[in-house]
Amino acid sequence: MRFEGTDTYVATPDLMLAVNAAITLQRPLLIKGEPGTGKTMLAEEVAGALGVPLLQWHIKSTTKAQQGLYEYDAVSRLRDSQLGDEKVKDISNYIVKGVLWQAFEQGRPSVILIDEVDKADIEFPNDLLRELDRMEFHVYETRETIRAAVRPIVIITSNNEKELPDAFLRRCFFHYIKFPDKETMARIVDVHFPKLKQNLLREAMEVFFELREVPGMKKKPSTSELLDWLKLLVAEDIPPEALRSKDRKTVVPPLAGALLKNEQDVHLFERLVFMARQNR
Amino acid sequence: MLIDFFLHLKAKKLPVSTREFLTLLEALKEHVASNSIDDFYFLARTCLVKDETHYDKFDQAFGEYFKGVQHVPGLDADVPEEWLKMLMKKHLTPEEKAKLEKLGWDKLMEEFKKRLAEQKERHAGGSKWIGTGGSSPFGHGGYHPEGIRIGGESAGNRTAIKVWENREYRNLDDTVELGTRNIKIALRRLRRFAREGAEDELDLDGTIAGTARNAGWLDIKMRPERHNKVKVLLFLDIGGSMDDHIKVCEELFSAAKSEFKHLEYFYFHNCIYDYVWKDNRRRHGERFPLWDVMHKYGEDYKVVVVGDATMSPYEVLQPGGSVEYSNEEAGAVWLQRMLDTWPRAVWLNPEPERLWDYRHSIELIRTIFNSRMFPLTLAGLERAMRELNK
Repeated sequence: MRFEGTDTYVATPDLMLAVNAAITLQRPLLIKGEPGTGKTMLAEEVAGALGVPLLQWHIKSTTKAQQGLYEYDAVSRLRDSQLGDEKVKDISNYIVKGVLWQAFEQGRPSVILIDEVDKADIEFPNDLLRELDRMEFHVYETRETIRAAVRPIVIITSNNEKELPDAFLRRCFFHYIKFPDKETMARIVDVHFPKLKQNLLREAMEVFFELREVPGMKKKPSTSELLDWLKLLVAEDIPPEALRSKDRKTVVPPLAGALLKNEQDVHLFERLVFMARQNR
Repeated sequence: MLIDFFLHLKAKKLPVSTREFLTLLEALKEHVASNSIDDFYFLARTCLVKDETHYDKFDQAFGEYFKGVQHVPGLDADVPEEWLKMLMKKHLTPEEKAKLEKLGWDKLMEEFKKRLAEQKERHAGGSKWIGTGGSSPFGHGGYHPEGIRIGGESAGNRTAIKVWENREYRNLDDTVELGTRNIKIALRRLRRFAREGAEDELDLDGTIAGTARNAGWLDIKMRPERHNKVKVLLFLDIGGSMDDHIKVCEELFSAAKSEFKHLEYFYFHNCIYDYVWKDNRRRHGERFPLWDVMHKYGEDYKVVVVGDATMSPYEVLQPGGSVEYSNEEAGAVWLQRMLDTWPRAVWLNPEPERLWDYRHSIELIRTIFNSRMFPLTLAGLERAMRELNK
């Protein structure tokens, strides 16, 4: 199995290499990068390209490692016992399978996405070390061991909000998705809007990259914001001339709200535009 | 195989472990990457480096190591033909392409190899694989066999070599860059979750345990929600020599404001004395006596002072030493008083750490703060937050 990018996802050679290393050596792949550079998308695309099922596990601050394996639904059992339900006699009726369990029993390759692992408690990755290493775990309630017949491909994303423990990192491959340069960006846009007018794209990209260069910006617009903005430009049928460079410095680009998501940034930008107008 | 490379990375203070090194060897054995140095670079990076803040260090170390050797150990000593083709294709100008079509690939490759061999002989011992040196066939600068240009300024063709030579990840090195988002993340280390206030959340585990103890009769337990309860007091030096650091201080301030619910801030100039203020434009009209501040905010507040601590030593040591007015007690007395009130305190200094030893006042304040002075970089901020959490 090899991943070569897909029709809907542009992967740089280094990213492809990292994914293929993870697939070949069956180790988890940890993906970091600026928000909106397609970290979560990657797992979907890998699963799609390889034609295997994708199992997603979105992590929250309250998520526990155990929930990925299984949960014992004590409340249901308690209720059933009070209602005198027959089910109550078998504890396995109350074991709820987690994402890892579901992947382990697929019997064929699958992709597990552990999304935003840094949101969870600091101990979370450590609690999964053994499970991800050996791809097996023990269910205490039913006294059975669940083992993966085929090791799933594990893709983990992180937004860098917490440092991950070294022991965990040592077991992963790591890739940092760099913010795409202009050419890669043009390819990405091409994948999403194949029929975009060339001059509109060129003007829009100029505006976008210039906006990212504005000093003091709190939240730089990212790929997903560019795509949203382009969608709006196309929907509103904005002519490329509206983005033309000669008055770019003195006019707020149309529908800039899709690119700037922070009121301070909007103010900053408007101030810069105002100053540029004064200096003219 | 490749052990020297591994040790070289270790010597360059990259946190690489044997396990990761073995992973790299395994990956090479499995032929994950083709025999090109670009692929090898990416593969080594994905196996060995687990934090983008180390990418720059890795680029430097990698460049240094492979500059000095004739070939990549473990890979074929001959220049892989595929790679040559690829490299050549990437750097051909239109005229060269036309010429190429006339000559044909094989002929040209032969020519090219011959020239390469000549080149090696002429610069015996000195020809390197990659680098900026003039003799290198694969670097920038020089070497124009007829019709073939290797390396150089043809923009847009990004090879990995360029990545490590350009050191594109320099900005991610955590000893340099501080952006608002990075600061926020560093400040998040200070989070202290606690349950306080109204009980409005079902405590499931408690309920189950309580019910079991009740022999099966439902016993509902509630608990308050989790909050971040850390309290922070920020003192910012403003004006004078701090003007050079306005941007980084602004970023720190805006990040701190959005990160902490209980954040109070005050300004001072050079050193902290009797008064601090909240609005720099009205600093002379609207002042807060430090005594009041110390009484108002209890010792559970964590104190962060941001200042370059660069001033005349008299401003710290002598009564009346302030540049602004005649202070009755010396700055050192006030600083000590602050530390007595708030034992959890750090000083963040935007001046680079290597300059600290040369400035007397920095040394003084550092001593008063018991060495809890940290540079205002991401790494420094993280150290400071760890100190505050102790």
